[in-house]
Amino acid sequence: MSKIDELFQTLRSANRKALMPFITAGDPDLDFTTAVLKELVARGASMCEVGIPYSDPIADGPVIQASYTRALDNGVKLKSILETLAGVVPELSAPVVTMVSYAIIYRHGLEKYADELKSRGIAGMIVPDLPVEESPQLAKVCEARDLSLIQLVTPTTPQDRAKKITETSSGFLYYVSVAGITGERTELPPDLVDRVSWLREQTPLPVCIGFGISKPEHVKLLAPVADGLIVGSAIVRRMAAVDDKGHDATLQQIGDYVASLLTALD
Amino acid sequence: MSTAPEKISARVPDDAGRFGEFGGRYVPETLVHALDQLEQEYEASCSDAAFQAELDELLKNYVGRPSPLYFAKRLTEKCGGAEIWFKREDLNHTGAHKINNTLGQALLTLRMGKKRVIAETGAGQHGVATATACAHFGLPCVVYMGEEDIRRQAPNVFSMKLMGAEVRPVTTGSRTLRDAINEAMRDWMASVEDTHYILGSVVGPHPFPRIVRDYQSVIGRETIEQCRTRLDRLPDLVIACVGGGSNAAGMFYPFVELEEVDLLGVEAGGRSDQPGDHASPLTYGSPGVLHGSFSYVMQDEDGQTSPVHSMSAGLDYPGVGPEHSYWKSTGRVNYTCCTDDVAMRAFDAVAQLEGILPALETSHAIAKAMEEASTRPSDQRIVVCLSGRGDKDANEVARLKGQKYG
Repeated sequence: MSKIDELFQTLRSANRKALMPFITAGDPDLDFTTAVLKELVARGASMCEVGIPYSDPIADGPVIQASYTRALDNGVKLKSILETLAGVVPELSAPVVTMVSYAIIYRHGLEKYADELKSRGIAGMIVPDLPVEESPQLAKVCEARDLSLIQLVTPTTPQDRAKKITETSSGFLYYVSVAGITGERTELPPDLVDRVSWLREQTPLPVCIGFGISKPEHVKLLAPVADGLIVGSAIVRRMAAVDDKGHDATLQQIGDYVASLLTALD
Repeated sequence: MSTAPEKISARVPDDAGRFGEFGGRYVPETLVHALDQLEQEYEASCSDAAFQAELDELLKNYVGRPSPLYFAKRLTEKCGGAEIWFKREDLNHTGAHKINNTLGQALLTLRMGKKRVIAETGAGQHGVATATACAHFGLPCVVYMGEEDIRRQAPNVFSMKLMGAEVRPVTTGSRTLRDAINEAMRDWMASVEDTHYILGSVVGPHPFPRIVRDYQSVIGRETIEQCRTRLDRLPDLVIACVGGGSNAAGMFYPFVELEEVDLLGVEAGGRSDQPGDHASPLTYGSPGVLHGSFSYVMQDEDGQTSPVHSMSAGLDYPGVGPEHSYWKSTGRVNYTCCTDDVAMRAFDAVAQLEGILPALETSHAIAKAMEEASTRPSDQRIVVCLSGRGDKDANEVARLKGQKYG
């Protein structure tokens, strides 16, 4: 049983839901990454998703693209990201997963990448450009190491295909709320609740919703039908202000924001 | 129309979109259903006589096909060896090979019932060809183009606008073709249910590399037919420039099983062989994933895409179509590269000796043809895919030469 399986078992038995913030590793530097992770977990995040910056992220909107670009322009490398995570992950009471392009995993080597996550206590990975047809090899590598390989289902996924994806995902299922790229939305699709409810009936896996979620109202609407909610751009946008507002004030602001979402969650 | 040869190397891609180990479909789940639908409709269209007849009619009477095969007599004399022949894709409507693909994909757009078209463009030739096809069929069209390319290919930008397309400048990254593809993909992520993405090269996720190759293969099929009727035999060597690789794929594919014909792809050698100075992934790169496909790419040790350079916007791309990687790995096609300076000398030679302004992209292939011709005997024949005309480049050529335009 992976760390993520344990987390959701605990949450489900207590009838509670997960809040999963996303941050970019190395934006603006890796010391800040460590500090943000500690702050997020101290404020009650159930799991953290760490984005490994990539040069050509086609699923990402302007906020996360710009964040990846800043991190890469500052010279962040995979090796130093993994070293940083090795330093902080053991101190966190919440599991950490990486959001990472297959371009990076392939270049690094599938087994090597998985071994490095495992040895640093990281629970798994989300690979947004690896649909199920291309994933069997990596799934095998992850399974052998008890790492979760989290698959995505989207509004454009036909129902038969969604069922197939539930069979190959591990840890949880990532339901993408909108057909589109990452980024905060004012309105979420009207049929989102129905779609997630349907998906949850198809699988014992926890279902978490991401893309577009930024407001306490979103959290209130979606928490009852999901096992967890993922918030990315709204946090990364606040991280981007660190150069103007300073380290401590930015951390405080991110922490307060996450706390406001957690209040809406319970 | 001739059918594909029945040998192993021409029977790619497989059902998973693999050319040997290359290709595949590395895209967000959001796009998978649309790619499945595109694959099904493309398959169905191949055996739909009415669809094929409509495309053939357009290629004949709208594009002006078949394009001529022309003997470059004075260029041949200058090189003093093998004969150099040009397959004149520059004489197509819109001035390049790109229209062969956009008309086919525009027909597929209508067949799928999609209401809007998006495209990326580097040199602007694919953007113009897409805008043209969309004007012809009455489809709204948005073209993503890097700011750097908008600057160096201004005449094509204006042409697109004249035909009613919206040109959206891309300001991320290197502001070139790679970034334009990223932006087009992001648009498609949100618009996929009513929009078709007319990808312009043999790159991207399956089934694009196959569809674009098939639509461009009219170049190679005509060349074979023209060589057989006019020269009584096949050429000894066929040469084409390779950015993403669509004109080369269309030219080479029908020749793949004709093993007596040598095939040579020419990448952009840029300023030098140093990283960042060229755009030659097949020559200097390594296998990796970019824009939905596994193929050769210029990348760093982390798999981040590396900066590239070429004076020609159409070759200024860090990746290449997966079928080219396959042909490289099987040894069927040789790949080399040609620097900016050498390509510019070929541009000048063809302008002055033949009265043809070739595109800067094409000039890379011509430069290698001139080199090859001078080392081969006079009874050999070399065919170059003259993929596009160079009018679009006149302003940029003046700038690069430090001369006044106008």
